[in-house]
Amino acid sequence: MTFETHPARDDVSIVLAGEAGSGIQTIESVLTRAFRLEGFHVFASKEYMSRVRGGSNSTVIRIGCREVRAWTDRIDLCIPLGAQALAHLESRIGPGTLVLGDKTAMNVDHPIIDTCLTAMAREAGGPIFANTIAAGIIWGAFELTLELLNRAIKHQFSGKAPEVLQTILTSAQKGYGKGLELRHSGAIPIVLPGKPESVHSLFMTGAEAVGIGSLSGGCNFVSSYPMSPSTGVLTFLAGHAHDFGVALEQAEDEISAANMVLGAWYAGARGLATTSGGGFSLMAETLSLGGMIETPMVIHLAQRPGPATGLPTRTEQGDLDLALYAGHGEFPRLILAPGNIEQAFSLARMAFDRADAWQVPTIILTDQYLMDSCYDVKEFELSDHHPKPAIIETTTDYRRYAVTEDGISPRGIPGWGTGLVGVDSDEHDEQAHITESPHVRRRMVEKRMKKFAAIAREALPPDLYGPATASHLIICWGSTLEAAREAVKRIDSPDVAILHFTQLFPLPVAARELVECAPQLILIEGNATGQFGRLLRSEWDIEWAHRILKYDGFPFAVEELQTSLEFVLEREVQP
Amino acid sequence: MNNNPFNAHDADIAWCPGCGNFGILNMIQSALAELELEPTSVVLVSGIGQAAKTPQYIHAHFFNGLHGRALPPATAIKASNPALTVIAESGDGDMYGEGGNHFIHTIRRNPDITNIVHDNMVYGLTKGQASPTSGKGFVTPVQCHGVTSEPLNPIALALSLNASFVARGFSADQAQTKEIVKKAIRHRGYALVDIFQPCITFNRVNTFSWFKEHTYYLDETHDKTSREAAFKRALETQKLPLGIFYQEEGRPTFEDNLGIYQNSPDPLFKRSIDVSRLNATISSTFGC
Repeated sequence: MTFETHPARDDVSIVLAGEAGSGIQTIESVLTRAFRLEGFHVFASKEYMSRVRGGSNSTVIRIGCREVRAWTDRIDLCIPLGAQALAHLESRIGPGTLVLGDKTAMNVDHPIIDTCLTAMAREAGGPIFANTIAAGIIWGAFELTLELLNRAIKHQFSGKAPEVLQTILTSAQKGYGKGLELRHSGAIPIVLPGKPESVHSLFMTGAEAVGIGSLSGGCNFVSSYPMSPSTGVLTFLAGHAHDFGVALEQAEDEISAANMVLGAWYAGARGLATTSGGGFSLMAETLSLGGMIETPMVIHLAQRPGPATGLPTRTEQGDLDLALYAGHGEFPRLILAPGNIEQAFSLARMAFDRADAWQVPTIILTDQYLMDSCYDVKEFELSDHHPKPAIIETTTDYRRYAVTEDGISPRGIPGWGTGLVGVDSDEHDEQAHITESPHVRRRMVEKRMKKFAAIAREALPPDLYGPATASHLIICWGSTLEAAREAVKRIDSPDVAILHFTQLFPLPVAARELVECAPQLILIEGNATGQFGRLLRSEWDIEWAHRILKYDGFPFAVEELQTSLEFVLEREVQP
Repeated sequence: MNNNPFNAHDADIAWCPGCGNFGILNMIQSALAELELEPTSVVLVSGIGQAAKTPQYIHAHFFNGLHGRALPPATAIKASNPALTVIAESGDGDMYGEGGNHFIHTIRRNPDITNIVHDNMVYGLTKGQASPTSGKGFVTPVQCHGVTSEPLNPIALALSLNASFVARGFSADQAQTKEIVKKAIRHRGYALVDIFQPCITFNRVNTFSWFKEHTYYLDETHDKTSREAAFKRALETQKLPLGIFYQEEGRPTFEDNLGIYQNSPDPLFKRSIDVSRLNATISSTFGC
């Protein structure tokens, strides 16, 4: 049997698929670590069904000689653990895809390189060993160093009894032998890219980056109700809560979580609630309370497709409008949206200082794709940043809502100083006493609204990738960044640049001229209605030449963005 | 007690003249003063309703938040600074209706806070609808043919959740109720004090004389260390017991269980992030 040989690539894409519970995640961890030990840039991301067992999940691992940080549809090497898994990936299997599996179990037209995986697993002790055997096969197929795979396995299974670990290592070694055999027989002609001179030292998911960023931002209180895809942040912080003195509680519901966060900030802590759209909806009234009592709060909203339960484990950028408008009444807020793992760290860290400085609800807007994706990133600079708590020691004449020039009243807390700190959900005067005076009401509304100006003044400008003079300016936000960057890089045209927004609200005025003067504006958003596009258009004088929208629950793949952009640019799709 | 440091002299009180809330306000101020607490060390947290306005009239810190949501911020305030005395105070609608879920789970957590509930068996601020504790048959503008749902029994509910302190007072019995409130504040752990209170405007059934006729005080024959005995008393319906039903001392609090105060009593605002530890964690967790 012959296979189409692959053109030389900068990266190789390996996809593993199987039922929930079949150990796909375990191989992902083992292989990503092992490929990093080998010295490659590595990207991994998963897509999974909302079930604990069964169904079909997959994980993609990209290995590159340059940074790899985006989802691709292309599969070079596909390892389905079972027939259903192969069917699940059908649309992504192209003529260049090599499928490794058990011929007997797969009833498909596509040629399959037989691995006898089932028989090997049975021999090793049962189907649970199929995943480590598969990892071994991949390792052997690329003729990589077995010792490095073993190191990754030992790291992954460090908690197992020695005899269990030995069985796992043995099964991986058997797989490795099979892989070498396939390589030597010429069945697997894929060549790995050359190794880069150096790779970045850290490898983490977006969820972990938000967690680390929060800790670095001084977060010391967390209350949340578990909800995919935001739970990774909660789990990460829970694992480190004792070490870093973080008060952490799983709340009875998101209403409680958000109210606890406000209570914590009121008492001088730095609180975080992590949730998804459904939970955030429940927090709407509390967001409004935060606006009224001018107590900071930080909410991490990891989006998934709605409405309602929607697609619980999949991705979308459909909750920007929710983040923008949730909560009754008028009050300022800040919305930050990281585009990659570095930004997930830096914006989560920044959210705490900014919420504190302006005493406004601050929302970190991410999505399932960013939460569950990982790649190597440079070490974070921690020592240059120290959280800046914006609290004061009170005096006996302290007034919590003292009217000031910029609308920001110095924030005292109970337990520090001789003053009393009252906050009230009713309209209130400077001392937080309830009032219905139209005069005081006007002053207080104006005081709160003044903070908009302060936030807008210090808004984070969007990042420009490419020439400012490009005839086509792509506007995007959040996790679409890296796929857009890679697609644009492939198109390689001086006519295209990307402007990626990290602060979505208030809009960074500094970017207005660039956007308004761009000849052709192209919007890329992971939702059906172009929510950010609408926001920009409502505030600035612009028209969208093209909108590329996606709302099927999957992230933008580099290829599909490339195709859409090439179509837009009226260029032929390159062979 | 004009020189009570907890008196707010300039308060513009929004309650009906003769409201039972006045008695409760008075006894809380007295209890706090007699416990020799400083206003700067006390935080009152409330939701929304007539009872929830109480913190506005007390000279102390206050967090007057959302309807039904007093307990979560109260729990968080105590967790963020355990040196503060935290009292969550609201009405029966706020605590048992809108905030029912928080009531249940706050008891399970056992934070060292005092939960005072003004229980007048009717909604005041929204003008006379049934509350979760309204009796069956109670007629209101909404429950036109009388309440048909079972009344919520807060004492039995709290006991069923193994609350570490459960008591009931009566707004008209200031001396006795004040002593209960003081014990509740001193109790280390979650303490519920449900306080019967006549609503002179909207509840013509559960009046001052009705409460007088339908209540009695638990005496020394009641073993308040026995949850079983407490439960039995809580289920009495002919005459409703007043006093401390149950108290369990020494149970770890929510703050104890957070695992962040063993080595330092410092409140969270006095702490800062250990950057070198964070660096080490990042390297060991995410390095290769």
